[in-house]
Amino acid sequence: MAIGRGHLLDLESLSAEEITTILDTTRTFREVIDRDIKKVPTLRGITVVNLFFEPSTRTRISFELAEKRLSADTVNFSKATSSVQKGESLKDTIQNIEAMRTDMVVIRHSSPGAAHYLTQCCNSAVINAGDGSHAHPTQALLDIFTIREKYKRIKDLRVLIVGDIKHSRVARSNIWGLKKLGAQVAICGPSTLLPYEVEKMGVEVFTDIDEALEGVDIVNILRIQLERQDAGFFPTLREYTELYGINMERLKKLNAGFTILHPGPMNRGVEISDEVAEHSDAVILEQVTNGVAVRMSVLYLLMHKEPVSVSEGVEV
Amino acid sequence: MAEKKVLKEILDTESVARTIKRMAHEIIERNRGVEDMAVIGIRTRGAILAERIVAAIEEIEKISLPLGLLDITLYRDDVHSRLEQPLVQKTEIIFRVANKVVILVDDVLFTGRTARSALDAIIDFGRPKCIQFAVLVDRGHRELPIRADYVGKNIPTSLDERVVVKMQEEDGSEGVYLEKTVEE
Repeated sequence: MAIGRGHLLDLESLSAEEITTILDTTRTFREVIDRDIKKVPTLRGITVVNLFFEPSTRTRISFELAEKRLSADTVNFSKATSSVQKGESLKDTIQNIEAMRTDMVVIRHSSPGAAHYLTQCCNSAVINAGDGSHAHPTQALLDIFTIREKYKRIKDLRVLIVGDIKHSRVARSNIWGLKKLGAQVAICGPSTLLPYEVEKMGVEVFTDIDEALEGVDIVNILRIQLERQDAGFFPTLREYTELYGINMERLKKLNAGFTILHPGPMNRGVEISDEVAEHSDAVILEQVTNGVAVRMSVLYLLMHKEPVSVSEGVEV
Repeated sequence: MAEKKVLKEILDTESVARTIKRMAHEIIERNRGVEDMAVIGIRTRGAILAERIVAAIEEIEKISLPLGLLDITLYRDDVHSRLEQPLVQKTEIIFRVANKVVILVDDVLFTGRTARSALDAIIDFGRPKCIQFAVLVDRGHRELPIRADYVGKNIPTSLDERVVVKMQEEDGSEGVYLEKTVEE
């Protein structure tokens, strides 16, 4: 099955069937990473470039492990140590790397649309690992996979996403993916951190957390992005914790058998209390484990080898 | 000129059952029992056959052998030349493969490439004492130096023919057929 016309840029452009295919395939790879020998030869001979223009721990390591467990060759690029510092453009950067016969690209960039732009200036299969506040499809897929493994379904589950929705690509991708699979999605945060006209995405919108938590199955707690708060969206961190922080008291409002998700990195004591982070129904580390399997699944389904055209053939 | 596909029956339901029983006896005889034995079937129809062989051995020896199901998609040698990725199913091998006598089961032995992939996949789980290969049908035309230890039926074929194995669980009927394309 072909997924997203050969690239994974966001979940908005995928059908429910395509998302389901990725999730089903992920179960296979989840089994692979639990083996003694956590490696299969599937991507042998394929070279994957990890282009990271923004800092990242989890996503970068997760992609690199996924690639290695599929036996791909990997090249890691980080902005700080590259010619981007000398002013080389994104287009020139990718075309030069691709000239060395690489096959797939994973990109993390601060500009929304960077991954899409890349598909127009290179021949590789492109996987978006986060572009500004636009999309972070593999994070949403691993969140949805984690939920689906526990509940065996997505349809009709009530999911609440709490925090800085405005700056969150994780929230956007989760909303698209969950809605397509039939979940009821609600969001909650200070009104300054809710995107304009967000209700058009088909979500319920709350500004009162205690009201929002009523009758919810799954809470996905977003990180307060301290690096994006210079504009003064809320007065103080303490006030945010007071009004929106998830603590043990607030968990009581949830449906029985609830689940806590957090995409990481956590600001303990800000958006999530220590006790909630360590709660037995928090699946935060499970999400990280599943992340590798989800990325293996996406790499496998998009696997694409750059054909060497005759005109470019090696001259002897 | 129209082309038509005709099926010729090679084995019917009863013959398939008898063949599986005979193969179970051969496996026990050759290994002088079923000590440290495990059976692994290649999805989809090899897995069903493996289940049947385990059941047949249990009937004879009163021992239920560990059964594993293997999806070899991730080990195929033609992944780069295909336009679309085949869907992968889960591999389920929950026992330790190390030091076991592994009976690998598939429906049809043809080029030998599937068997090659399966051998690689099993060895990634550990180092078995040995691997023996059981197939319901051997149709010839090997492209790799691979042979089966237990063969249900040898069917001489030409390359433009196709061997069709139907299993109750997967196809709703059972039997082995040779499919020929003839011009009308």
